[in-house]
Amino acid sequence: MVKSNDLILRTMTVLIAFILFGFAVYLLLAGHNAPGGGFIGGLMTAAAILLMYMAYGTTTANKILPINYRILITVGLIIAVGTGVGSFIFGQPFMSQTFDYYHFPLFGELELATALIFDLGVYLTVIGVTMTIVLTISNDRE
Amino acid sequence: MNGLEIDFKDIIQIVTVICLATITVSIGLLLYRVIKGPTNPDRAVALDAIGINLMALAGLTAIMLVTTRLNDVVLLIGILLFIGTIALAKYLEKGVIIDRDMD
Repeated sequence: MVKSNDLILRTMTVLIAFILFGFAVYLLLAGHNAPGGGFIGGLMTAAAILLMYMAYGTTTANKILPINYRILITVGLIIAVGTGVGSFIFGQPFMSQTFDYYHFPLFGELELATALIFDLGVYLTVIGVTMTIVLTISNDRE
Repeated sequence: MNGLEIDFKDIIQIVTVICLATITVSIGLLLYRVIKGPTNPDRAVALDAIGINLMALAGLTAIMLVTTRLNDVVLLIGILLFIGTIALAKYLEKGVIIDRDMD
């Protein structure tokens, strides 16, 4: 183990990680009509978290984000399945989707689709699976 | 009169095709360096350059298809390339990518 000088990486990580989180949320909300969606948004968030792990090490990053990523998989899957089952309440076939236009202050007319809730489930699942794989692989030594 | 007029769209089309061909050749040469490369830093630099060429390919495709949808793709490749290059550099320098404890 060589003691290395990574001052630039550590300083830029603080800035870049938040840009990546913002871009990930943009990708999540831009999905199902434009390039983007839950999967790639989750991958982007996982990349941002991974950057923090690479710059600061496991101990510090666990202190910053005390999240059990295996629970995140469960929550995401429950949300995704719940979206599919929820269509039974309205007498529709499994996984039916709908959308409508609503007026919001500050944003104006927006299209809200139930596919976004499904995307949110996919997003959480992808974060959980990716981070579980990466952290498990990085922990297998010593 | 008509013979001297140059159609701007034709120029864009020709230049885009030439650039695509050049970048394809460049990626092929870099792939040779990745596979053959005598040392590991050679491979890391070649992989980085392949990523930059991929961004250029996506941008040129966006010009060719006259669409703005591919701009996100360019940004995405850039970010993933950045993370990957940092991971490779850390591996080459230290041997570990995610350290357990940094004091």
